[in-house]
Amino acid sequence: MSQHYPVLLVTVPLLSAFLISISGWLNKRLCFPIAVAALASASFFSAGLLSKVIHKNVVLYRLGGWAPPWGIAYRVDYLNGLVLVVVSLVALINLISTYRSVEREFSEKLGAFYTLYVLFVTGLLGITVTGDAFNLYVLLEIASLTGYGLIAMGEEDRAPLASLNYVYMGTIGACFYLLGIGYLYIVTGSLNMADISAILPSLYQSRAVLSAFIICMVGVWLKMAFFPLHAWLPNAYTFAPSAASSLIAPLMTKVMVYVMLRLMLTVFTPDFVFSAIDINRSIVWLAVIAISMGAILALTARNLKKMLTYIIVAEVGYMVGGAWLGNRAGMTGAILHLVNDALMTLCVFLVVGNIVYRMKGHSFEDLRGLFRKMPFTMGAFAIGALSIIGVPPTCGFFSKWYLLWGGIQAGHYAFVAALLFSSLVNVVLFFRIFEIGYYESPTEAHGGGHSQGSIEEAPLSMLVPLYLVAVGLVVVGLYTGAIVNNVIRLAVPPGIV
Amino acid sequence: MTQLLSEILTKYNYWIYITLMMIGLYAMIAKNNLVKKIVGMNIFQTAIILFYVSIGSKKGGTIPIIKHDHGAASHVVHAAEYINPLPHVLMLTAIVVSVATLGVALALAIKIYHRYQSLEEDEILAQIREK
Repeated sequence: MSQHYPVLLVTVPLLSAFLISISGWLNKRLCFPIAVAALASASFFSAGLLSKVIHKNVVLYRLGGWAPPWGIAYRVDYLNGLVLVVVSLVALINLISTYRSVEREFSEKLGAFYTLYVLFVTGLLGITVTGDAFNLYVLLEIASLTGYGLIAMGEEDRAPLASLNYVYMGTIGACFYLLGIGYLYIVTGSLNMADISAILPSLYQSRAVLSAFIICMVGVWLKMAFFPLHAWLPNAYTFAPSAASSLIAPLMTKVMVYVMLRLMLTVFTPDFVFSAIDINRSIVWLAVIAISMGAILALTARNLKKMLTYIIVAEVGYMVGGAWLGNRAGMTGAILHLVNDALMTLCVFLVVGNIVYRMKGHSFEDLRGLFRKMPFTMGAFAIGALSIIGVPPTCGFFSKWYLLWGGIQAGHYAFVAALLFSSLVNVVLFFRIFEIGYYESPTEAHGGGHSQGSIEEAPLSMLVPLYLVAVGLVVVGLYTGAIVNNVIRLAVPPGIV
Repeated sequence: MTQLLSEILTKYNYWIYITLMMIGLYAMIAKNNLVKKIVGMNIFQTAIILFYVSIGSKKGGTIPIIKHDHGAASHVVHAAEYINPLPHVLMLTAIVVSVATLGVALALAIKIYHRYQSLEEDEILAQIREK
């Protein structure tokens, strides 16, 4: 049984998605339990895979028994073992937490919503587990298409247009990735990542390989909303239904960062990325611009959810910059930040979900006096905010520390300055929210008939998962040493010092 | 000039796919009508499908079904005589993906039309700004 975990990880949610779709017609109450069962088993499989990887280094699975260069291989190592656990756990926690809000928003379309939800997670898990470059494209499109659908189910006025803009940009991104893989196929004749990686070294001077690499990178950057290519993200995530945005916002960009790392570390080795071509410093400069612009754009937002989406744009800059610094500390920071940022983003977006559930809005006006109305939700928000700012002992501090250290080691002081600038801006952003939530009292017109000071907290089923994540932020922070030593240290190839 | 011309003529498949891709990209950027943008997106995807199909073909190659002679050489397969089927098979999947993307995009366009009674992007944006 346990040798089949890699394929079960993908097929169980995939088939469950169809089951959910059928039960949506027969009995709507079955949709949610099936989705929970599917994602819980996915979490179990991914945790099992990670523990197997820690014992055996690499888990290789041949689909249909075909040997790797010909058949599709699923390959789990330290890097994607960690990402798999994060993806499946984040998806599961978000699923349980948003049960009430989904039931209220989509009472008629429960089947459709949960089908898309589980298919989206299937796509992400598949992207992470696969060792085949073309298979990755197909699963990427599964995740993207379902993502478009989930986003379009949001606010009727704006969500479809935001989703359509995402379709344009996402399709260009995926097409660029496919084109890059086409060039790699021309020069190597293979689609298996490990096989391509073994064939490529003698071709590192070829211009086709260089263009394949750059085209793939641009495609992946489009999908992860790396700064000049970020235009689709803020509207798409802001107008998505809250249950979908707290799923897509933490996961989609992070999984695309994983794809970038996989391309850099496995398909093209660090020898090529950092030595054969001399572009890493300029890409760190792009990351500097991404971080600064993300922070500045976040300052202009007058809406909590939109502000958080611009923070995501800045965080993507952190990870791209850290990965391209080309040293061990930077790469460790990028991988650790991938994990931490998924949890932090989940935490703050779940808070937004709770606020929307009670207040029906997420503009700054809706936040007035919220610390009195929803003390527990805002308490969790404070933990998430401190983690995004980077205050110890929350996990955000430790990954930022690695990134800063990497920047100093590489002598790239602009990157260090951009990280500190963005942390300062985050302080301003979140303390502005705290100020509105704590000191400003809700206006009479908006408060309606509610007496001031009464507690209207979100239901317990939304608070418990939220606190699980908030406490998780601190626990992951405290266990950073264990995560780095047992997993991430081994995920970074020895070529990077 | 002649060098450039021969460069284009010998690698004409790449030039065609790039041209098609740019036509698609132009439509996505410059057109105002949402459906025209979506068609541009589809042209963009088709260009890449054609690129893959063209890299599989060989001069003088035949379809990749092994010829069965009843002679002694019946088991020798000369790979050079057959075109490469793998890129074509991959494109079956890519066609499915592009159809699905087109479907999702058109469905979104219908939803937008129901809400704004228009498919012209500037009119829709003007309506959004008014509120």
